[in-house]
Amino acid sequence: MGGSAPEMEFAVDIRGASLSFGGVPLFDGLDVRLEAGLWTCLLGPSGVGKSSLLRLIAGLGGGAAGRVRAAPVAYMSQDDLLLPWASVLDNAVLGARLRGERPDFDRARILLGQVGLADSTSARPATLSGGERQRVALVRTLMEDRPVVLMDEPFGSLDAITRHAAQDLAARLLAGRTVLLVTHDPLEALRLGDRVYVMTGRPAALEALPAPDLAPPRDVRDPAVLAAQGALLARLAA
Amino acid sequence: MRAALRMAVVAAGLLVVWQAVVSITGAQPFILPGPLAVAAALAKHGGLILPHAGTTLAEILLGLCIGAALGAFSALVVAHVRPARLWLLPVLVASQAVPVFAIAPVLVLWLGYGMASKVAMAVLIIFFPVTAAFYDGLSRTDPGWLDLARSMGASRWRQLLHLRIPAALPACASGLRVATAVAPIGAIVGEWVGASAGLGYLMLHANARMQVDLMFAALIVLAAMALTLYFTVDRLLRLAVPWQADTLFQEPAKDPNAP
Repeated sequence: MGGSAPEMEFAVDIRGASLSFGGVPLFDGLDVRLEAGLWTCLLGPSGVGKSSLLRLIAGLGGGAAGRVRAAPVAYMSQDDLLLPWASVLDNAVLGARLRGERPDFDRARILLGQVGLADSTSARPATLSGGERQRVALVRTLMEDRPVVLMDEPFGSLDAITRHAAQDLAARLLAGRTVLLVTHDPLEALRLGDRVYVMTGRPAALEALPAPDLAPPRDVRDPAVLAAQGALLARLAA
Repeated sequence: MRAALRMAVVAAGLLVVWQAVVSITGAQPFILPGPLAVAAALAKHGGLILPHAGTTLAEILLGLCIGAALGAFSALVVAHVRPARLWLLPVLVASQAVPVFAIAPVLVLWLGYGMASKVAMAVLIIFFPVTAAFYDGLSRTDPGWLDLARSMGASRWRQLLHLRIPAALPACASGLRVATAVAPIGAIVGEWVGASAGLGYLMLHANARMQVDLMFAALIVLAAMALTLYFTVDRLLRLAVPWQADTLFQEPAKDPNAP
């Protein structure tokens, strides 16, 4: 996706992505490009193949095929996937542990402080609220320090207020990285996205929608954001 | 503490029923001695029972340690090495198709009348529930965690070490509980088939000599040992897997998001 200007730099470039399910193609010959350093938000009905596309970029299999050229990615899902037996700090440094590297506890502590969890580093995940757990997951994603971050409905299980705060936090901490955010929430896409795409049809195609001409994270009270939300809802319901 | 009180009430109730059966049926003491007669036998033969109980307890504990280690190890091998899954799993299942009672005489023949044959029998009984439960837990790791681990570039070995094994510990604990409950069977069967010491040996000989009160006294010591062992292991397992909360008889947990 994105503009086709040849000088544009892409952090992720996928050509001819295809996936069929029971003989029915979900998408076929799909080209996806993510511009470096920008947030790309992807909306669309359930089952259209958004998550499969994301898994293809993350190299997680799932049946989709295509030529993928992508910078190293970090992955964050709707489920916080925190390990119930490990402390918040140990969850934050999971990536290093899993690669057999020395965990950078100092950096983890700093990041946990930035998301307001400085006092909970030794707590078990079960003692945290849903919003706090997702913040730990965000820190774990940041600890990976990858240029590309793939997020599959990361705030989908949070209530509206908590979600709003989590969006601001993510926008601040992930600034400068290339982000692909799959979401069901039009307002979330319009708050955070530099580029907003709707994935529809079978086989699915991507349609670019204009994002409000403001720097993200955008104010939800801004008339341009609200107008765009109305248009986007109408487009999704069509 | 309340649990201990309940246990005491249940035990007292069983003793009353026992005494009632003896009184009502007028059973001869060499058929069914009453609780008081058994208590007297326990007091009289305590010095005789104690070393035999020690032997049986040692057999059970050794069998439990070796069986649990062997069970956990075989579960790890079967879960981590694909050819092992294809070739070893059927062997493990087949090993349980042969009743341990049937091979007990052979084990005594091979390993002698001492403790080794009893420990071997206990190991045979113990390792399978541990293997089955642990393997089950190892093969049911949350796919989300494995996706996350793959996206972080984790090797299969480190996925096993940091995700699969800790995630499977509650299942492994269930297997260990079952193993602890059945562990005395192996030791006692072994002692029946051929032994020179142990509670099973003592009970068999007391029975043959019509010392039924002694037999019951030994039986009660065995039951007390088995119960103590089970509750000790259960407590230790709960301490080892603290993140696995009991939810069966719990009040609904408070929503941490609620004000």
